[in-house]
Amino acid sequence: MASSDSLRFEPPPVHRAAEVLRGEVRAFLAEHLPRRAITMGVGSWGGSDRDFSRKMGARGWIGMTWPKRYGGHERSALERYVVLEEMLAAGAPVSGHWVADRQSGPLLLRVGTEQQKQAILPRIAAGECSFCIGMSEPDSGSDLASVRTRAVAAGGGFRVNGTKLWTSNAHRSEYMILLCRTGEAGEQRHGGLTQFLVDLKATPGISIRPVHNLAGEHHFNEVVFQDVLLPEASVLGEVGSGWQQVTSELAFERSGPERFLSAFTLLVELARALGPEPSERARIALGRIVAHIATLRRLSRSVAGMLQAGANPAQQSALVKDLGTTLEQEISEIARLLVDAEPDRDSTRDFVAVLARTMMNAPSFSIRGGTREILRGMIARGLGLR
Amino acid sequence: MSETRELLREAAERLFEKHCNAETMRRADAGEFPQALWRALTEAGYTAALIPESAGGAGFEMSDALSLLFSAGRHALPAPLAETMLAGWLLSSAGIALPDGPLTVAPVRGENLAAKRDGAGWRIEGTASRVPWARQCAAIAVLAQDGAKSIVALVAAADCTVKNGHNVAGEPRDDLVFSGARAQEAGASPIPAGAMRALGAVMRSAQMAGALQTVLATSVQYACERVQFGRPIGRFQAVQQNLAVLAGQAAAATAAAEAAIEAASADLDSMAVAAAKIRAGEAAGIGASIAHQVHGAIGFTQEHRLHYSTRRLWSWRDEFGNEAYWAHKLGGEIAAAGAERLWQSITAAG
Repeated sequence: MASSDSLRFEPPPVHRAAEVLRGEVRAFLAEHLPRRAITMGVGSWGGSDRDFSRKMGARGWIGMTWPKRYGGHERSALERYVVLEEMLAAGAPVSGHWVADRQSGPLLLRVGTEQQKQAILPRIAAGECSFCIGMSEPDSGSDLASVRTRAVAAGGGFRVNGTKLWTSNAHRSEYMILLCRTGEAGEQRHGGLTQFLVDLKATPGISIRPVHNLAGEHHFNEVVFQDVLLPEASVLGEVGSGWQQVTSELAFERSGPERFLSAFTLLVELARALGPEPSERARIALGRIVAHIATLRRLSRSVAGMLQAGANPAQQSALVKDLGTTLEQEISEIARLLVDAEPDRDSTRDFVAVLARTMMNAPSFSIRGGTREILRGMIARGLGLR
Repeated sequence: MSETRELLREAAERLFEKHCNAETMRRADAGEFPQALWRALTEAGYTAALIPESAGGAGFEMSDALSLLFSAGRHALPAPLAETMLAGWLLSSAGIALPDGPLTVAPVRGENLAAKRDGAGWRIEGTASRVPWARQCAAIAVLAQDGAKSIVALVAAADCTVKNGHNVAGEPRDDLVFSGARAQEAGASPIPAGAMRALGAVMRSAQMAGALQTVLATSVQYACERVQFGRPIGRFQAVQQNLAVLAGQAAAATAAAEAAIEAASADLDSMAVAAAKIRAGEAAGIGASIAHQVHGAIGFTQEHRLHYSTRRLWSWRDEFGNEAYWAHKLGGEIAAAGAERLWQSITAAG
């Protein structure tokens, strides 16, 4: 049956070298993980730390799978996976290079010009260059094809007007990959879209305004483009192919360990708060969560293996993200009933502070990178239902 | 998947497809033992799949043998294949040859059966509840304890008292009383009491994953065929979203069972074993519930085949330790290892 094949997960490939690498990463973390409040970066992939990103770059742990001529290291997807999961589990500050390493760099590799690749990829791999994602808009969230930011041919390049919203890390990023409407949508609504590589630091007419989240943190931004002139050379890929490029980018965005480890810091603090001999109820709860994580890890590594083999596991990625974010959101709900404490983000008790921050960040887990409903729609498509 | 595994899977699917037809399922549900199916399982070597080739087994890799149970679960196989495989594994560990016919194992619910010396032989003492298929088996492979040592004994069913019972799938789950039952054959075994429960849990996890795959396929097919409000119900987003959740549960159960099968040949104490029974058991409940919701009233009848799978899911999740049992064990180990080692514990399990 076709439906079962499109949701098939191959067993993750065995990779001995990756386990050697795991030891190197742990040794690195023991030495270089910044001493800081444990609450920093909870729910946001550890927060941003350029210095830490540079150290990772120096170790060859950013752009790991890319060709060496672009600053990459030609290592396997499974080795990259080990670095990612070790960093996330340790709560390391990796969000500064996360987007560039995960999707912007790979997109540049696939569709970028030689000049774009040479100019930017080595900087990403060195941990010197942050990217943000210019997809969502005030009236365009899940319905990405409805973007209204417009790029019009002007003076050998393009003039851009419009507003991007929910743009994480725009205020800290060197570049944005901007999705614009450049032509008519057509019957399928997917035509007429184009991606641009935008230098946020050197392009006049761009204003970036913070949008604080409900936890009081500044990750989101509103980015307004007012008569912004982009050179012809900033077109990324083909004019009019933006939709295909964006959807392939999203497959990389959905299946990684960041989709089930966002609440891992809380789980560690929960285990610490419970101690070595917890109640029967706590043991059962802890064992169940660990069983889920172990299973998600296998599914996620399976997708990494399929990506390595050149497959396009878009539906499997959606499924892993749906299962993973569901678990992530459960962890704070379970933890709060096992330890008698009221959540307080500013508490000096680690469990209490991490609980508060994880809980407050939890709604975003099943919204960012594709809402739960959109993902389940994709899975249903894989089942042949639409 | 390895080529051997794939070929084996295809052969098993063909065999089960042929023998687990509507008529066989109906008769088995009424308590009739499927003789033709059993002969086919024996001829294919599946019943001896966990016995080393040197001991007269079929020469399967342990992981290939256990993977057969995905197919068995997919077809709601109404026969003690898993139990006979388990019996063969036990008996061969003590150098005892596998007798013909269906076999089962005891104890399956953590009871202690005592092995006592009687001249050159052994006698077994104790009660074992909910023993699968006992009334259909001529003999029982017993894992008994002589102090701290494991003794595996083959006991004739006629030498113990059998009290019939059933799981909710209608499969025999009989209570056995061993009142100094004489072992036909017996020997020391390196298998500790907990290991049989662990291997049984791996088997039930694979069976549940297989059943969930069938329940998913059946539900998707039904949603494409059943028309209400002028269109197939699978066109409604509410139904699609539920089926997507079911697909996630089936995928998770399958992945967890595969991981346990990989781990089982090296280490039955692996976290992967506990994780599989916990994850597949949870998926069983969620998956069965969605499948019934999608099927509506027809799925709630005996006439529809859905219940062959869902009643087994409801049974198997509680056998060889339910989710709470395994989560308690795993959670206790994680807590004892300490918060600092939590991540290491997870990655060490592979």
